[in-house]
Amino acid sequence: MPSMRAGEETLASVRAVARRTAAARFGAWLPLVAAVALIALPSVLTPYTRDLVMTLIIYAIFALSLELLVGTTGLVSFGHAAFLGIGAYITVLATPASGPGSIAVLLPLAVGGAALYALIVGALSLRTRGVYFLMVTLAFAQMAFFVFHDTDVGGGSDGIYLYFRPVMAVGEHKLLDLDQWGQLYGLAVGMLIFTYAFLALLRRSRFGHALAGIRINEQRMRAAGFRTYGYKLAAFVIGCALAGMAGFLMAAKNGVVNPELLSWHLSAEVLLMVIFGGLGSLRGAVIGAVGFTLLKELYQSPGLVGTLAADHWQLTMGITIILFVAFVPRGVIGIFRRLRTAPGS
Amino acid sequence: MTTDATTLPTLRAQELTRRFGGLVAVDRVSLDLRLQELHAVIGTNGAGKSTLINMLSGEIPASAGSVQLDGADITAWSQPRRARAGVGRSYQRTTIFPEFTVFENCRLSAQAMLQRPWSVWRSADRCGYSTDAAMAALTDAGLAEAAQRVAGTMSHGQKRQLEIAMCLATRPRVLLLDEPLAGMGAEETERMLELLDALKETHAVLLVEHDMDAVFRAADRITVMVNGAVLASGTPEQIRASAEVREAYLGEGVGA
Repeated sequence: MPSMRAGEETLASVRAVARRTAAARFGAWLPLVAAVALIALPSVLTPYTRDLVMTLIIYAIFALSLELLVGTTGLVSFGHAAFLGIGAYITVLATPASGPGSIAVLLPLAVGGAALYALIVGALSLRTRGVYFLMVTLAFAQMAFFVFHDTDVGGGSDGIYLYFRPVMAVGEHKLLDLDQWGQLYGLAVGMLIFTYAFLALLRRSRFGHALAGIRINEQRMRAAGFRTYGYKLAAFVIGCALAGMAGFLMAAKNGVVNPELLSWHLSAEVLLMVIFGGLGSLRGAVIGAVGFTLLKELYQSPGLVGTLAADHWQLTMGITIILFVAFVPRGVIGIFRRLRTAPGS
Repeated sequence: MTTDATTLPTLRAQELTRRFGGLVAVDRVSLDLRLQELHAVIGTNGAGKSTLINMLSGEIPASAGSVQLDGADITAWSQPRRARAGVGRSYQRTTIFPEFTVFENCRLSAQAMLQRPWSVWRSADRCGYSTDAAMAALTDAGLAEAAQRVAGTMSHGQKRQLEIAMCLATRPRVLLLDEPLAGMGAEETERMLELLDALKETHAVLLVEHDMDAVFRAADRITVMVNGAVLASGTPEQIRASAEVREAYLGEGVGA
């Protein structure tokens, strides 16, 4: 049958294309270069830039964790900061009063706590869609915010100090001591690489393809036989657990937590980071986190933009966001994509 | 006529009813879908045809009545569960993944039938089962040549074909097709009718359609719905000859 032959030929070409794109992806060494640069970076940093780079790394992890929800699955959550905040608070609250807590205990607790709250929030909010989902996630995040803000659980609106940064010790020997800046930095870089690699793996798996299908057309996915609710819940819990991990780092870096970590301002900022970088791309999330944070830092520096502008940094930031959304709706990664496809085709 | 009244139908609806508030959209509809039989459901807009398909596929629950698949009661089953058991459907409004290639559309659909469609560790590109099922479905639907095209860039007729290919990729036994010919040109209609003719050899097919010429050509059995209820059911000859159907629906000269 001629059509069968044609089918086999196309099958061969399909496999060839799959191989070629796999090779192209393998050759996408940009993240690798970035990772090497991050590892080499500490030797040239001043105390101020050290703190800034740590912030960038934590926000990159945080934005990546939201990218799984918004960019990959199409779940626009407006309460993502709650999960970062819960991870951070657990890290501080679970640290003993007498000495440093173990990373092996605190990190799973922070990640697990965020995941547990995500399971509850997700199970309820995923019964809604679109703008309703956005509002329900915001409501749950505000609930968590006010628990820490208005009760004594976490020191109220002032927050609480982390008197001892976590360590990883075998007997007397400390393998990892986050009180040493270099080791904290190393752990953060490791977690960023882990998050990026894990999400990259996830996106090319069957699970990741199913999430993309749900983002584009959930009705068709259900008609094909996918139990979409379970997929969305799993994605939500994974994304929020990673935010909890970023929260652990945030607590360890700052040595203090306060309710601002759970505030809707931060939820909005991380959403802007993901949009700023370009939805649907891991690189976009990292670029967005770095770009957004640096811009904010720039606008807040009196030495660079003048005292008047620095005092009203929200205004310059707001104008920038408006201009950005108007002229670069697909984010930074969208510019690169257009540059790449324009000359060839 | 290929129907053998003694064999068990693949899909059977009994007294299926759906109420929306006070409105009875589907009123005690019973029908059988059999292998090697194309069963057309016709009726005016608002007769309850799409609601019937939605209940058969599990997209909305029935208010009363039952659905059986190969003799097993599946009335309480969710849509994904029914799909995995072999009930495939297409939509009146084209429902595909426009940003994926034609092949990827089918591969993702095929993936639903795997033991672990949520597998995290292995690349979806390397799944032999779904690649083979997708290519077979594309070949059957006559879209093998278009496999690498981005689905959103295809013609309307090709998109309709793709939607059927996506159904086929899940290897269903029952196909519920909601107006697959809507908006198609003469040539595309012809191709689709040939496809339906081939598909009914291996599937039990329910066809909801407005194109009467096509229905009377393709169907082995026709059910006429009016205001949610079955007015008549029979072979195309019986329906054509029915004075009741003429009066209520077909009008003078149509289908004659």
